[in-house]
Amino acid sequence: MKYQLELQNISKSYGALKANENISFGIRPASVHALLGENGAGKSTLVKVIYGSLQPDSGSMQWCGQNYKPNNPFEARENGVSMVFQQFSLFESLTVAENIALGLDNTNLDDELVQIIIKHSKQYGLDINPNQTVGDLSVGARQRVEIVRCLMQNPKLLIMDEPTSVLTPQEVSGLFITLRKLAEDGCSILYISHKLEEVRQICHQATILRGGKLVQSCNPQEHSKSELAEMMIGKKLTQLARNNVVLGDEIFCINSLNQARQDMFGIDLTNVCLSIKRGSIVGIAGVAGNGQDELMKILIGESDSDYGVLTFKGQDIGQLNAHERRQLSMFFVPEERLGHGTVSELGLNENMLLSRPSVSGMTNNGVINWQTVHTLVEKVINDFDVQTQSSKAPAKSLSGGNLQKFMVGRELIQQPDLLIIAQPTWGVDAGSANNIHQALITLAEQGSAILVISQDLDEILTLCDQVHVLTEGNLSPPVNVQDNGLEEISQLMVGGE
Amino acid sequence: MIKLQVRSENSTKMVILAPILALTLTAISTMIIFLWASLDVMNAFYVFYIEPLTGKYNLSELLVKAAPLMMIALGLSIGFRAGVWNIGAEGQYIIGAISGGAVGLYYYNVEATWLIPLMAFAAVLGGMGYAGIAAFLRTRFQVNEILVTLMLTYVAILFLSAMVFGPLRNPDGFNFPESRIFHDSATLPIIWQGTRVHIGFIIALLFAGVTWFITKKHMFGMQIKISGSAPRAAKFAGFSENKTIWYTLLISGGVAGLAGLFEAAGPIGQLVPHLPVGYGFTAIIVAFLARLHPIGIVFTSLLIALTYMGGENAQITLQLPNAITSVFQGMLLFYFLACNVLIEYRVTFSFNRNK
Repeated sequence: MKYQLELQNISKSYGALKANENISFGIRPASVHALLGENGAGKSTLVKVIYGSLQPDSGSMQWCGQNYKPNNPFEARENGVSMVFQQFSLFESLTVAENIALGLDNTNLDDELVQIIIKHSKQYGLDINPNQTVGDLSVGARQRVEIVRCLMQNPKLLIMDEPTSVLTPQEVSGLFITLRKLAEDGCSILYISHKLEEVRQICHQATILRGGKLVQSCNPQEHSKSELAEMMIGKKLTQLARNNVVLGDEIFCINSLNQARQDMFGIDLTNVCLSIKRGSIVGIAGVAGNGQDELMKILIGESDSDYGVLTFKGQDIGQLNAHERRQLSMFFVPEERLGHGTVSELGLNENMLLSRPSVSGMTNNGVINWQTVHTLVEKVINDFDVQTQSSKAPAKSLSGGNLQKFMVGRELIQQPDLLIIAQPTWGVDAGSANNIHQALITLAEQGSAILVISQDLDEILTLCDQVHVLTEGNLSPPVNVQDNGLEEISQLMVGGE
Repeated sequence: MIKLQVRSENSTKMVILAPILALTLTAISTMIIFLWASLDVMNAFYVFYIEPLTGKYNLSELLVKAAPLMMIALGLSIGFRAGVWNIGAEGQYIIGAISGGAVGLYYYNVEATWLIPLMAFAAVLGGMGYAGIAAFLRTRFQVNEILVTLMLTYVAILFLSAMVFGPLRNPDGFNFPESRIFHDSATLPIIWQGTRVHIGFIIALLFAGVTWFITKKHMFGMQIKISGSAPRAAKFAGFSENKTIWYTLLISGGVAGLAGLFEAAGPIGQLVPHLPVGYGFTAIIVAFLARLHPIGIVFTSLLIALTYMGGENAQITLQLPNAITSVFQGMLLFYFLACNVLIEYRVTFSFNRNK
């Protein structure tokens, strides 16, 4: 048996759009195989075909040399294909064991199951406690629960979609140990990621998709990170350069922000202090769920803060709502795209109006000037290369990466004096991420200030000239990035001294 | 097995077909009811659907009934877009009629052109104040506005009785529970001579225009739309949730109050206990049948007015009970909501081989 799973000429179209076109490749037994590609390259469609949630228009698959044609995920699981999704599907109020039992076909929760959970978690170094409530677990631990749940089915192929995007560097190392051990024991892994450095570390084979077609199969360890990125986007990457950093006066400061949590799984913010100068890009690193959402709420103006805590251009802005803050040229890109940064059912033109400072001319005494709105939407779509059917297409019809480009573009064309941006390139492919980063750097060089809240350390280290770490609601003082920056940040991220 | 599958995009064909399909299904169901009641189906159909469209009297009465439905539904549609569920327009309608009517009775026999505008102003304030109770409780104590507005409707009905039995009773009315008949200056101008069609119909049409402008061209329209579909995005846009609740309840309440006064100072001409006939509730159906679209509401209010007329005709000619009107309105809404599912979903038939 040469391949665990072999794909032959798989094609799948949605109307006129060819999501997958004649894709053929094989996954060797006991290997970690990377699937790379930009947003919209067809990775998700291909994975759905393998996992049985979509049926291909043409082409066939072989599983251990046998014909394989799953009609639904249930049949795929019966064959030994398992998947860890990017969005976890766990119930926060239930325990680990209850969650695992619920996710399995034909299983009851009993002592035997708990024993198997413990056995699997020990065998692969997946540290979980079956009796803990999922709501109390970190993101990394939740992912381990998901993996154990997959392992319960004794898979022969484990599909992992963007597994490291939410993990700390330490957790990533732990995950890699688990994955290597799994591969040694004979389970193939299909690894989907944007993080090329990690792909180079762990994968033996890579299949690269672009525009629905297979463009290259290679051993990622034999290529550099930028070579891989260029294969994905099909053109040269512009080199990011942040050379001429000219710092001006302080434009924004947070002075001792304290806020108690507002719900059960929230985080208390304690004594958060921050100062941002014109021309600087300040980064807040940290694992999700350490107070980023709470901080972002206060920065956007979705919840009020006390007098003297938030100062922008010398003015207290604690009581201003988001629109009033924008009038002062303070703009925001939240992490959550649908339902927060945009309204999913509304068109891009209507979503444009979420951010409408008077100077933009989109509204006049509340009366909407649709002509101006339309011009601006077209400008965002062109300048930021947003792939969309039209300027009136609903936000939910765009892929995540394109919607992100729209949201970033919407705020950037207003030439903000201060831009606060959470996860600027979350789920965005290498080429577009590069463009967004370049746009941020250009903005800073024009004398604006930027606050980046991100879990992606690479991103923070590329962009920022001042880095803080947010851990359990505490913001660290600026970290000296030059010497030993990465190590210090990693330590702070896990709350160590 | 029958399955509903999500369409990749909404079907524009179904947007148009759904109301037609709903009407057809309602017509078929009506026919079955007629057959079951052993009536002459063709005759019953004529009485119910065609007769209301013939002759000056029938047509004018159609407009008289459509006017309050249109106004109330337009007001409600604004709130419904924002996800603020004012179910008690009926109550605000009554309070509007009482407040405006009381002003008219206070200035009894004063001949002046300012009287009608003053009564209208009082009616709007009354309706707003009554809906404001729900807005206050919702924004201050998180009390569900559906329950508050609905329950206040019953309070309003009893309050109307108390008023016409007490302070507002006609002193020369032989103790009948009704107010004096409004004098000429306190009665709405008639716009179609020889009928009961009053200026309220024109105002309802104007209000439809205003609502259209607000929903399409004004930021307030965007505010309610965004607040209704994504509360967090509304905050991101800088809209206050509480203000949205206040504004939408005050608008729908004020308009319902005005509609109440127009009914009292228009076709009825006095305050009587049977003033509320359910327009406030029926307007909810009107708003939804029109998919909350202002121009759609103009047409659906006429359609629903037709069912009222048809129901009355059926009562007189066929000796059917009054409840028949509600049955038809209910069926129409039911079928319409069911058919609307087809816009976002397609029906597929499949045989599931799994256990």
